[in-house]
Amino acid sequence: MEKLLEIKDVDKHFDISGSFLDQLRLKGGRISRQKTVVKAVNNVTLDVMAGETLAIVGESGCGKSTLARTVMGLYKPNKGEIFYRGNRIDNLSSKNMLPYRTKMQMVFQDPYASLNPRMMAREILEEPVKFHNPTLSRGEIKDRVAEVMLQVGVDPKWASNYPHEFSGGQRQRISIARALVLDPEFIAADEPIAALDVSIQAQILNLLMDAQDKRGLTYLFISHDLSVVEHIATRVAVMYLGCVCELATTKELFSNPQHPYTQALLSAIPRVGGKRGGHTRLTGDVPTPINLPTGCVFHGRCQHANERCTQEIPAQRALESGTVVACHAVEEKRI
Amino acid sequence: MEQLLYIRHLNVDFVLREKTLRAVRDVSLTINKGERLGIVGESGAGKSVLGFSIINLISKPGKITGGEVMFDGEDISKYSYDEMRKIRGNKISIIFQDPMMTLNPVLTIGTQMKETILAHMDVSAKEAEAICLEKLKKVYIPSPEKRLKQYPHEFSGGMRQRIIIAISLLTDPSLIIADEPTTALDVTIQAEIMDLLLELCETDNMGLILITHDLAVVSEVTQRIAVLYAGRVVEIGPTEQIIGNPQHPYTQGLLKALPEMADGENRLNQIPGMMPSLFNMPDGCPFEPRCKEKKEHCTQTVPGLIELENGAQVACFAREGGK
Repeated sequence: MEKLLEIKDVDKHFDISGSFLDQLRLKGGRISRQKTVVKAVNNVTLDVMAGETLAIVGESGCGKSTLARTVMGLYKPNKGEIFYRGNRIDNLSSKNMLPYRTKMQMVFQDPYASLNPRMMAREILEEPVKFHNPTLSRGEIKDRVAEVMLQVGVDPKWASNYPHEFSGGQRQRISIARALVLDPEFIAADEPIAALDVSIQAQILNLLMDAQDKRGLTYLFISHDLSVVEHIATRVAVMYLGCVCELATTKELFSNPQHPYTQALLSAIPRVGGKRGGHTRLTGDVPTPINLPTGCVFHGRCQHANERCTQEIPAQRALESGTVVACHAVEEKRI
Repeated sequence: MEQLLYIRHLNVDFVLREKTLRAVRDVSLTINKGERLGIVGESGAGKSVLGFSIINLISKPGKITGGEVMFDGEDISKYSYDEMRKIRGNKISIIFQDPMMTLNPVLTIGTQMKETILAHMDVSAKEAEAICLEKLKKVYIPSPEKRLKQYPHEFSGGMRQRIIIAISLLTDPSLIIADEPTTALDVTIQAEIMDLLLELCETDNMGLILITHDLAVVSEVTQRIAVLYAGRVVEIGPTEQIIGNPQHPYTQGLLKALPEMADGENRLNQIPGMMPSLFNMPDGCPFEPRCKEKKEHCTQTVPGLIELENGAQVACFAREGGK
């Protein structure tokens, strides 16, 4: 399969130290200047194949949204390279990025925040078409918008309604329509169903899967809901504190998780009709991404951690099963 | 089994200028001593309003306009504000969704905990502190003596929710109402909190009303489940029956819509449409516009709960006489 997107050694750090005065610290009677940096994404390498759904899972604060936004060019990475069909896109100027923007679209989590409340559904959907295709006539734009609205299941006769007149599920349909209207190849969906009710979640997931079948789309699907990921994804990358700790096909990851964090995460999912107990429980809390632990980022909560884990950052290694895992214990065959 | 609390024909209305909206309609429920009951439903189904109305915690313009809430042999829905304060946070505690919003950020954990104890119990400050420490240990907060002097921002989300659970336990309540206690938390933390709640309920024989939209969570924790739709109980029964053998078309639809129930096919089984708004409630069964099994009279009359052989009750005309 062809690689659509390549993410190579990407780091994304945010400086949150504030103004010069905020950075000053008094230490041992001396004033020093100290920067506070959130290390949101660290050394992430991933490939997204054409036509697949690559899911990124992890708990809040693990950097999954930051990664998606970096891929989309909403943030510039501090280090590393991103390629789209072999062309480097992370260092492009806004102007040179334009042709890629029609190919790469994004769906955001909260359909209440991602639609401009002062624009009608029609305006929201027409804006990207007009911007990227200035030569199209009004009629053509209108047809294109109506076609996409039908496809996502929003009746075009509601085109003159404002976002507040739609329910959460319908708003998310409009967000998806906005992404589809440019006929992209790649969509980064950042928790597209997290804000919706169960019965509406199924509708939106079906819509995303139908659109993929019809248009041959590639998805980067960000989610914290593992049962959804198990259903929709081709491959899954598990992130913890800005690092990818395991990458595998969905079937392999769910039936044979390797990394201790993946194992704990999977056993924490509540199952319908399941019983409590017998889970691998994690102790402690996720450390802050401001002061990353040395060595493996997971060692503080890992029951298999040893001396090496606290010192050396584990490299990603491919196993025979195809799973890529970053763990010393797996490498040393301790687990 | 001994009844702990029962609700009969409860109605909760929100009186607006142009219209009165009925958020909870004719709800009857019983919870026995030490029983764990789940209330599930989508947002807007009225599950939180129902939970809050038990301890009369509904803010204006909402109010209880009918029915009774019997607790310890008395109808607490008719209690005055002062009488209710003696029950609230004492015999019945409540745990809210967001641990960030529930704790006061400018007071230490110790101050907030002692406040509750001194409001309800006649003990000295020293005894109060001893109770605080005991409860913090119970929810597995390490070094509780040190922690008592700390402020909420010094705790992580999971720890904060455990402190809130500790606060709810201070007066040894016989019933805890937990409103989406883990929705704001990550899965691994959610698992931890749910294990803790379950353990506490079992050791102290405490009743629990767990309000959530997450079917998987209720199915693991509760003994009985009530399914709410548009302010009404559409199905209630033992957890195994509701999960394993649901009878109401809405419950069936909800369960089938879960990705893990997609029986190998790629598409999920979706329920078409959405829940009717309170402003625009159908005359008949509220689920009728989305229902596959609707009959003629479903549009006119609202079905009442009927007993089924499996011990559950369901409000659906399609199940009448059939099973």
